[in-house]
Amino acid sequence: MMRFLLLALVLALPAHAQDAAAVLDTYRDQVERPSRTTIAPVIEALATSGDPAAATVLAAWADRRLAVMDDGTFVIMDGDALSDLAGQPVEGEAQPLRPNAGVRGLIASALVPFQLTDPDPAARGAARDAIARNPAPEHLPAIRGALARAADPSLSRLERLLTLRFDPDPAARVAAIESFGADQSMDLRAALNPLLATTRVATLGPPEGNVAREIPVSELGREGAYDLLVSAGLAPARLTRDAAQAALVANIADGQVAGIAVASLNTQAARDDAYSALEAAGTVPPAATEDEVDAALDSATFADVYAEPNADVTDAARAALNGIATRVGAMQAADLALDALSLASIYFLAAIGLAITFGVMRVINMAHGEFIMMGAYTGYAVQQVVPDYTLSLVVALPLAFLVTFAAGVALERLVIRHLYKRPLETLLATFGVSIMLQQLAKNIFGTQARPLTAPDWLSGSLVINDLVQVSMIRVAIFVLALLFLGLYLFIMRRTRLGLEVRAVQQNPTMAASMGISPGRINMLAFGLGSGIAGIAGVAIGLFAQVTSELGQQYIVQSFMTVVVGGVGSIFGTLAGAALIGFLQKGIEWLNPSNTLAAQTYMILFIIIFIQFRPRGIIALKGRAAGD
Amino acid sequence: MRRSTVIFIAALAVFVAVITVMAGAGMISTSFVKTLGMTLCLCLAAVAMDLVWGYAGILSLGHMAFFALGGYMIGMWLMYARTEAIVIEALSGQPLPATPEEIRQGIGNQIFGVIGTSDIPWVWGFAHSLPLQLLLVVLVPGVLAGLFAWLAFRSRVTGVYLSILTQAGTLALALHLFQNDSGLRGNNGLSGLQNLPGVSASQDATSLWLFWASALALAAGYLLAAWVVGGKFGSVIRAIRDDEQRVRFLGYPVEGFKLFVFTLTAVIAAIAGALYYPQAGIINPAEMMPIASIYLAVWVAIGGRGRLYGAVIGAAVVSLLSSWFTGGRAPSIPLGFYTIDWVDWWQVLLGLVFVLVTLLAPRGIGGLFK
Repeated sequence: MMRFLLLALVLALPAHAQDAAAVLDTYRDQVERPSRTTIAPVIEALATSGDPAAATVLAAWADRRLAVMDDGTFVIMDGDALSDLAGQPVEGEAQPLRPNAGVRGLIASALVPFQLTDPDPAARGAARDAIARNPAPEHLPAIRGALARAADPSLSRLERLLTLRFDPDPAARVAAIESFGADQSMDLRAALNPLLATTRVATLGPPEGNVAREIPVSELGREGAYDLLVSAGLAPARLTRDAAQAALVANIADGQVAGIAVASLNTQAARDDAYSALEAAGTVPPAATEDEVDAALDSATFADVYAEPNADVTDAARAALNGIATRVGAMQAADLALDALSLASIYFLAAIGLAITFGVMRVINMAHGEFIMMGAYTGYAVQQVVPDYTLSLVVALPLAFLVTFAAGVALERLVIRHLYKRPLETLLATFGVSIMLQQLAKNIFGTQARPLTAPDWLSGSLVINDLVQVSMIRVAIFVLALLFLGLYLFIMRRTRLGLEVRAVQQNPTMAASMGISPGRINMLAFGLGSGIAGIAGVAIGLFAQVTSELGQQYIVQSFMTVVVGGVGSIFGTLAGAALIGFLQKGIEWLNPSNTLAAQTYMILFIIIFIQFRPRGIIALKGRAAGD
Repeated sequence: MRRSTVIFIAALAVFVAVITVMAGAGMISTSFVKTLGMTLCLCLAAVAMDLVWGYAGILSLGHMAFFALGGYMIGMWLMYARTEAIVIEALSGQPLPATPEEIRQGIGNQIFGVIGTSDIPWVWGFAHSLPLQLLLVVLVPGVLAGLFAWLAFRSRVTGVYLSILTQAGTLALALHLFQNDSGLRGNNGLSGLQNLPGVSASQDATSLWLFWASALALAAGYLLAAWVVGGKFGSVIRAIRDDEQRVRFLGYPVEGFKLFVFTLTAVIAAIAGALYYPQAGIINPAEMMPIASIYLAVWVAIGGRGRLYGAVIGAAVVSLLSSWFTGGRAPSIPLGFYTIDWVDWWQVLLGLVFVLVTLLAPRGIGGLFK
């Protein structure tokens, strides 16, 4: 009895008058056999005890380092060494307590306010993150306490985020919302959005609470509006089709329902008639008629009501979110433009080889996609030999060029050379080469996708803000595309080879009589175009899966790029790639769930576009246009 | 009538008679009869391809899309009618007779449950009726081909550009059908087409019927094509193939001729497809990817362009050889250090043969008969 009184006395004492040891003693039973449901008051008492050691004790407890000695004293274990709660070493044997995961979670959240003032910045950061992930009103005093001791910008931001959600004073919340100004980060939106959560209600009088807006019946539709009334308990449920059918089935007698033959009940109208007949006979309860539904809908009001009762807060939150939405829209447009730019670079890179073989030489090479694939597999093969990813890339780029240059020269010498007068047959012969190369790649490398791993410095993203970021690979492809544009222009306009290529393309006979060997020039130009395809393959392999079908995914788009841009003009190819890239991303943006549709509409657009500019965006004129 | 046409029709009749007798005697399996029937349909598509490419010089890389479209059109009726029968059968056990809405709901659930909806899309609006759907077999590919050809030819897209454009158009159509909201079950395609609704005969019998129908269609298509290329019309389209500008300057409406040939061949291909897929049993959008149309061109080129029997020979030989080699029945060739397994190497051989035929024998196998 005496002991019980004493316990009561201890419980009644103000919390801060206790030290941690006393608290643990008081709740000995719960501490030694803790469960998630009963432990909360103990943790609360410890956390608010005011004992400077409370945080250490809680941390030790959560780490399963809190132990009980044989005489019942609580001690903290550190390896084999024991110390009492105040930190003085003690001698003896102790059994550690083993709180389960649920209990440890509760202890961890009680520890957060202590960690906010931890001298270690990493611990403070972790505590901030913990609160940001799981904000709760209880955290607000702890954060403010920590802020009062030391100014910390990111903690102050967190304080405002919690204030706008949990502060009891609406004015403080509005002030907190407005303090963010032009901020548009994810966490602010995540904090603001719950403030504008609404529920849809149906009432007979004017709606109560903080009404977002009233909804006309026409917007809900008759069915939807009446369902709301029914679920609010303001109107009787309508007769569903299933219920009516069940009632009819229940009243079948001698192959008839209410005197109507069952066999004739094969339309909904006949079934409705039968149900009305049953109603008239009083066998089934009457269902709500259309007039009753109309009357009920007329007398009711439908509205969206904010869960948040204070209108000032919701107004401020809506204004802030609208502002954010505008800025986010602008950012997304910028992000989309960057996406489109990188897609355009990929198409340009895939098509630039074709700009030489198809654009300048007018040879339609269906195996061009397979040269891209060969380049990608070269990159993969080099990575098997050279383990350093950066070095292997440095080796792979020129090697891919050499491999596909050789393949291109071989193709030109063995096949295409004989078919310059028969362009359609070039298409078919190179298609034969294409299926050969694809199957050979399958036989050598297998059917599963092979990884071509980007080096670390290419694997990150260029982050501009929450919404706008580009992966480094795409930046690299953009740079590579620019480089190749420059290289192409240099070769075609500033070198002897370019001059001769242009001469042979415009008039082979005349070029030949000037001492240029058309055969040699065609061979070199074709090899050059194929070699560029190989390098493009390495670049594409870095972000796409390397399979034997890799080239097939780009071949149609590549030809489209060249045709739309205008055959024979590198700037046309550039414009074509930009048009196709931006168009595809634009259509994807209109219908984000469906990239297939984007490709479909893009191709349709191109077919129609060619109606108006059959020679592409940049059409060559005069003698250079050929035919 | 030319001698080659007579020989061809006679050979086809003998072939059909022999197969019918052998199938009746149980000497060949039902699945082989189906394979032969399907091959005849491919031959018909090749005749169409030969007409548009070998005679008119338009290398279309999209005729297998019309072939598949024809298959889709007949497949919609086959699937709908069969599902309707199943649903009515299932609902007949209920105490109340089924309403039309309930039957529709049941059909929608059966056919479109796989893409997560039970609404019947508008494109299935005529699927309940065989005559209407048969009309669509001709109309849909015909209108589509006509529209495409009108757009392409009036802006003077010719040669390889036209080939690329047909390829892109085919790709767009295939990608469209790959989407679930195209209304044709996305990449699931249509299945169960081998069961003819309302026919209780066994597969043995129906496969033979479809074989006869395919042979009949091939004979009719061949005769039509032979008639078209035999007269003055044939001379004009061959002239267009050889020098389009000159024909235009002679006053012929070149675009009209090309439009007619393109559309006619698209319709022939569609009819071939409508006979092919009930024998194949399943159709999905992968069947109309551009690669299929390129293979069609390959067959015609190997068989010999500009000769109708060449196209038939090419399609029959290459498609039968393909299924023999890729079916794993061809014996592997051990080389000691490496074994050539034809499942892996057939494509390489085909590609090589194709390059060689283009280079060395532009007239194809059919050229050997000359």
